[in-house]
Amino acid sequence: MARSKFVYVTYIRTTPEKLWSALTDAEFMRQYWFGTHCDSQWTPGSPWKMVYSDGTITDAGEVIEAAPPGRLVIRWQHQKRPELKAEGDSICTMELEQIGTAVKLSITHTIECEPSKLIEAVSGGWPKILSNLKSLLETGSIALSGKE
Amino acid sequence: MAESDDTDLLFKALADPSRRKLLDLLHAHDGRTLSELCKHLDMTRQGVTQHLDALQAANMVTTVRRGREKLHFLNPVPLQEIYERWIAKFEKPRLKALSDLKKRLEKSNG
Repeated sequence: MARSKFVYVTYIRTTPEKLWSALTDAEFMRQYWFGTHCDSQWTPGSPWKMVYSDGTITDAGEVIEAAPPGRLVIRWQHQKRPELKAEGDSICTMELEQIGTAVKLSITHTIECEPSKLIEAVSGGWPKILSNLKSLLETGSIALSGKE
Repeated sequence: MAESDDTDLLFKALADPSRRKLLDLLHAHDGRTLSELCKHLDMTRQGVTQHLDALQAANMVTTVRRGREKLHFLNPVPLQEIYERWIAKFEKPRLKALSDLKKRLEKSNG
């Protein structure tokens, strides 16, 4: 079956532990994710949901793999827009790897359909989120604030 | 690596028509092998490899292994940083203009 996929990579001057907590801590997440955060126990099999600033659940699924501070895999299904929900589950993999004084963060998002509206929707958002995350961890402040 | 080194690598990578063509090819269709990319460029396989290496060094292209193949993906994150550095601040007035326009039009409706 055809699949849609993207791979985004950023190098952040921090430690894998700090980056892991930035990716899993709700309070921290809200700062660089435009008010959105993810809710989970972050252990394999635990439910996962993405919550918009007004409390709406936009995406939900479960944690498939969690090996702090190196690898996190989430089964991810959109909930709000019917045409995106109909595409079913996607898989989002986050990999953290220490390279010199920086951490290489790779985000891979895959879905078993082509073309995919979900991949189209999330691929526009990730660069902004990653860029904000990098800026927040390296300088203590975000580059973009407010809504897109 | 210092911030200025990252930026130098990025602009050097962009300062070549063949490398920009490679980015265009990946933008049109992601996840391609070296052989697929070579079909679109009039140069040796080795030449294409060198250009891809420069793009990878600048973090504009990332690769994923699939069996014996290596798939290339466009990574727009460094460009997002450039965008935020010089362009994003001009967005706010535009967004404000749109929201003002919406308010005015909706007011005249009711």
